[in-house]
Amino acid sequence: MARFRTITRRESKSLITGLLFILPWIIGFLAFRVYPFFASLYYSFTFYPILDTPKWVGFDNYRDLFSDQRFLTSLYNSTYYAIFAVPLGTVVGIALAMLLNMKVRGLSTFRTIFFLPSITPVVASAIVWLWMFNPRNGIINFVLDLVGIRGPGWLGSPEWAKPALILMSLWSLGGAVVIYLASLQDVPREMLEATDLDGANAAQKIWFVTLPMISPVILFNVITGLIGAFQFFTEVHVMTGGTGKPADSTLMMSIYLWQTAFQFFKFGYASAQAWMLFLIIIAFTVVLFRISGRLVYYGGK
Amino acid sequence: MASKLSLPTEAVPVQRSSNQRSRSSRVRGWRILGSVLKYGALLLCSAFFILPWVWMISTSLKNPQELSVYPPIWIPHPIRWDNYLQAFRGADFATYLTNTLLVTVPSVIGAVLSNALVAYGFGRVRWPGRDWIFGIVLATLILPSFVTFIPLYLIFRQLNWINTYLPLVIPTFLGSPFFIFLLRQFFMGLPEELSDAARVDGASEFRIFTQIILPLARPALAVVALFQFIGSWNDYFGPLIYLSDKALYTISLGIANMQSSYGFMNFAWIMAATCMSVLPIVVLFFFAQRMFIEGIALTGLKG
Repeated sequence: MARFRTITRRESKSLITGLLFILPWIIGFLAFRVYPFFASLYYSFTFYPILDTPKWVGFDNYRDLFSDQRFLTSLYNSTYYAIFAVPLGTVVGIALAMLLNMKVRGLSTFRTIFFLPSITPVVASAIVWLWMFNPRNGIINFVLDLVGIRGPGWLGSPEWAKPALILMSLWSLGGAVVIYLASLQDVPREMLEATDLDGANAAQKIWFVTLPMISPVILFNVITGLIGAFQFFTEVHVMTGGTGKPADSTLMMSIYLWQTAFQFFKFGYASAQAWMLFLIIIAFTVVLFRISGRLVYYGGK
Repeated sequence: MASKLSLPTEAVPVQRSSNQRSRSSRVRGWRILGSVLKYGALLLCSAFFILPWVWMISTSLKNPQELSVYPPIWIPHPIRWDNYLQAFRGADFATYLTNTLLVTVPSVIGAVLSNALVAYGFGRVRWPGRDWIFGIVLATLILPSFVTFIPLYLIFRQLNWINTYLPLVIPTFLGSPFFIFLLRQFFMGLPEELSDAARVDGASEFRIFTQIILPLARPALAVVALFQFIGSWNDYFGPLIYLSDKALYTISLGIANMQSSYGFMNFAWIMAATCMSVLPIVVLFFFAQRMFIEGIALTGLKG
């Protein structure tokens, strides 16, 4: 009940001060987040060619999506990418952080080597990797050749294009490594020493102490990684010229969405795709939170 | 977990004397093997991370004929520095550079000003409903930009802002949830007595903000400026949808455009342009390395 009492003059003065400080955010929030959010929901129920006005068509766009082969392909491609790239990135990221956490000489050099790619312009790394994946004179197949493996066609082959993108995504996981490393350094030393006395081996220490202690950070990284993976756009757009070639094998949901809006100029249909993308991201996030409920250790908090 | 701990048995010290020598040499053997494995793994991983850089720099200095040679040439002969000039001549790299600065500099100013103001309102002013609204700020962190970009495009088209830098710059003046979160965290860590003393003296909240808190917040503001600089410099999607006039292209958009419009034979100077687009970021990193690492670690840990 107390919450609904009328506010005092002093409180109302502080309210005005507070609101004045956050005014930029309020404007941005209403104009660039709330309004577009609901507008895109509305457009998703309309037929909206770019130069026309939107016409209400009910659920038609959503119905069309599920008989649209290219949309289903994009759904498959994005899910494929997310399901492989996120867990792989997580495991490799944690492994690298653990390596760096083992009293390494030259720690800051290694950290720089791992971190720098994560802040290089995506367009630049996409162009470099495009060139590296060249099946005939690219360097990846050259390295494979050295160990006696005949490299695949990578971005020229429908089967190998997505694995190529996943491999490339590992190059920019340095941000996650830095976050994991910082959280590993926060694991209490006494706890690890206690398990030493107990005769635990290295694997047991990692599994029973280290991983549970950093689990909230893992969850945070997995969720942001997943949100990013479903919005994976720039690399594919640059490497395939916005087409998702070969044979739509790299047509991600974001790429198809961009094509629908800015090549086919169907804003209503594109908005329905945007909302499907949003619902999928929400669904994955909720599921992850549910699963993680039992697995994540929040310490005393 | 602690309950499972067992103390070492009495027998251990007795056995030690007889086995001491062989055991200590075995321990040393394991330790050497361990560090061989550790550094081996680190070097192998480093090779994976370094390879693209080497390849990028090497390609940017090649002659056209050297591009398609197999096995690949690592050190071009002669080294062709001319590719870097060609990037300026063949494609308007200087224009792209200027354009990128025209977007990036105002965006950095906008981000620092707006987020400092907003974060102060959330972190150091007490007002009814504050924490509840801050919850909304956090919720918008996970709102995918793909959900809102079509209506945003329509708003900016209505305002006649297409083919200007305004859609890229103006939003940075209106706060970003990530930076608000980061700065609020920092502001809340400053002792409350600082503000209280000034309040007793009758200073206004705005005055406390500008005279006391902002000077102390310089390191955190630098992190915001740094991240916004990288974000604007690297941005591709925004320029892609809002800029169609080639004279307005930013570096990212310009290079991607070179890549798709000039063929194979021009790849060397396209790579030279790519190198130059990365250079400012690398230089920035080496100047502000600690800030990067601490800033990144902070965002992850407190999330």
